[in-house]
Amino acid sequence: MDFNDTPEEAAFRAEASAWLAEHAPRHVLPEGVRLDDEEEMRRGRAWQRELYDGGYAGITLPKSLGGRGGTVIEAVVFAEEEGKYTLPKGAYVTIGLGMALPVIAKHGTPEQIAQFAEATLKGELTWCQLFSEPSAGSDLANLRTRAVREGDEWVVNGQKVWSSWAHLTDWGILVTRTDPTVPKHKGLTFFVVKMDTPGIEVRPIRQISGASDFNETFLTDVRIPDANRIGAEGEGWACCMTVLMGERLGSGSHRGAVEEILRIARDTPRGAGNALDSDALRLQLAQALAEQQAEKHFQARLRTMVSRGENPGALAGMVKLAYASRNQKTLGLAFEARGMDAIAPSPDDAAMLDTHYEYIWASVMRIAGGADEVLRNQIAERVLGMPGEMRADKGVPFNKL
Amino acid sequence: MNFDLSDEQKMLAEQARGLLSERSTPDRLRELIDSGAEWDEPLWRELAELGFLGVIVPEAYGGLGLSELDLGVLSEELGRANAALPFFSSIVLAADLIRLAGSEAQKEKWLPRLASGETVATFAYCEGAAGWAGDAVQCAFDGAALSGAKRPVADGGIAGLAVVLARRGGVPALALVELDQPGVRREKLPSFDQLRAHYALRFDGAKAEPLGEGDATPIVAHLFDRAAVQAAFEAVGGSDACLHMARDYAMERQIFGRALSSFQAIKHKLADLAVAIEMGRSNAYYAGWAAGSAPEELPAAAAAARLTGLTAFEMGARENLQVHGGIGYTFEADCHFYYRRERTLAVSLESRQYWADRLLAHVPELDEEAA
Repeated sequence: MDFNDTPEEAAFRAEASAWLAEHAPRHVLPEGVRLDDEEEMRRGRAWQRELYDGGYAGITLPKSLGGRGGTVIEAVVFAEEEGKYTLPKGAYVTIGLGMALPVIAKHGTPEQIAQFAEATLKGELTWCQLFSEPSAGSDLANLRTRAVREGDEWVVNGQKVWSSWAHLTDWGILVTRTDPTVPKHKGLTFFVVKMDTPGIEVRPIRQISGASDFNETFLTDVRIPDANRIGAEGEGWACCMTVLMGERLGSGSHRGAVEEILRIARDTPRGAGNALDSDALRLQLAQALAEQQAEKHFQARLRTMVSRGENPGALAGMVKLAYASRNQKTLGLAFEARGMDAIAPSPDDAAMLDTHYEYIWASVMRIAGGADEVLRNQIAERVLGMPGEMRADKGVPFNKL
Repeated sequence: MNFDLSDEQKMLAEQARGLLSERSTPDRLRELIDSGAEWDEPLWRELAELGFLGVIVPEAYGGLGLSELDLGVLSEELGRANAALPFFSSIVLAADLIRLAGSEAQKEKWLPRLASGETVATFAYCEGAAGWAGDAVQCAFDGAALSGAKRPVADGGIAGLAVVLARRGGVPALALVELDQPGVRREKLPSFDQLRAHYALRFDGAKAEPLGEGDATPIVAHLFDRAAVQAAFEAVGGSDACLHMARDYAMERQIFGRALSSFQAIKHKLADLAVAIEMGRSNAYYAGWAAGSAPEELPAAAAAARLTGLTAFEMGARENLQVHGGIGYTFEADCHFYYRRERTLAVSLESRQYWADRLLAHVPELDEEAA
């Protein structure tokens, strides 16, 4: 075990750090200001282009795909250095890099890879995910959106939901049902679809945070060329698994939220001192900080596994399961530390206003990308070897459910 | 960067686990409790033969001179087996303290004996409910003779040697005392952990020598940081044993016509426990590495490991018994060993509040000026 950089890693870190010092500052987002979606995305594309030009886009992707051909550890080192700046790296970029690219690289044809990989790395193509439906969330394979083949095209009808950034992205990764006569996991097929295709209507969902970056996406007689099918007919579930693995491994890598809340407590006057003089609060925040460190070190252990070619499997779900609840609890403590002033702060109290938004957002982190309960089942079944859930739909053709 | 144990460390763990699972069986533990034995002496001798007691003792003093992480690997296995051994008292605390604070002559005299298991030592720091910090230390030491009482002292009945925290010249100081002498009386206390006996040690002008000079508070705090890492490994091992015991029982037990393990209430409970254990283990790994390779990181890393280790073991010890149902309340089931050991570990080596304060004292963001 060695948490220090090897000489090669140290050299890479120095190189990355110098490059970032030169290029990152003019892309840094202003503090305490919420940009509108189009402006944020414009900046996200610009930063991605900068990364590409600098040779830091897709660090672990092979050079043949336009990536750097680097190691998992190099990607970690770069992310650590990049994390020192507040840069525009929203879902509009990460869905492309973390979901669309892996699935195209693994299940796509050489032509598809040529068409999408480099353009995505450059920030020219942005992506949304068209997976969940009103009756297919945790039970994703229950999806109903139909794709029917007509010659060289597929005609798609249905409704998707929770499609982050679908209102502004260029392409979507889409999973559909192509054969309802077989059990539900078997009749799925995967596509990429251009978001300005006729028949696609994106309606923003008003979220509890006040933002509307999630959408409902309606597909009415949408024609997708067969050339945009990813993988074979019926291979859709395997494609979804590739995507979700990227989602699990990528989740939970967030900024040091506990330190920020410690600062809020320390800056809250209480009696002759401040809120952080309370033993009870110190105990809870120290526990949160210890858990935050553990999440970071645990993720590092998973990356060591991946760098050796091992598959962490359901272990990866532990990252988000631990992070999401802990984060929600910690952000809740910020309110208790600040007291009444937390529920109606001064308009210029950027730290507390950010906490308002983060606390609302924390609730969805426990649901998106594998709900807590789904992850617990996976850990119990695949890590601990406990029995699977009883399924009423097992082996039953989808159209007989 | 590499965040995994080395192949040698994995082999060490395997070797220790193999031996302990064979020797320190639950039936053996029950036999020790029933016979009133305070430790598994034959097993101690066997570990000594294999060099395990000297893992972290420098080679010059008869040890193997390995790292804190190697010691952690052993601590995890001892925790898993819930072994009845004075390893924490004699090796993790006393031997380390002699190495940190002792003179050359003291190290030459005692470290080889501790590493070979010939002598068992303990660290007597606590004075009842008052604890060990500052004025709580009332035991008096004049550089040659020691008077006063320490309690509770783990393994105080089998130890031949103790490092005692005592007041000398107005500050807490360390005294090295051989316990088999007329000026020392030992009184066994009703110990919560039936496999780790605690004693009151009374000194009446006992012959003692200084271990190091001056105020011992910083060196004891440093020792506690180092020992907290080992306690975290021990807790992770204990909790992992609880997880597997609960899982195996739930897989076997049939209820309402199906396996107990097929109920989501049980699956989710154990999944949460598995996460808590991996979090505890991750912090323990980092702290074990920091103890040897990044001393400036140690206080915060040790505190974090201690806090997550406690959480994991607390959950494991309680929920394992719960999953077993009524059978878990019987002496014949194995849950109670861990249920008792967990509380003992939880309050030995200072409270959660101490570790919370120690962790927060090392947050760089709090050093900046208040806004």
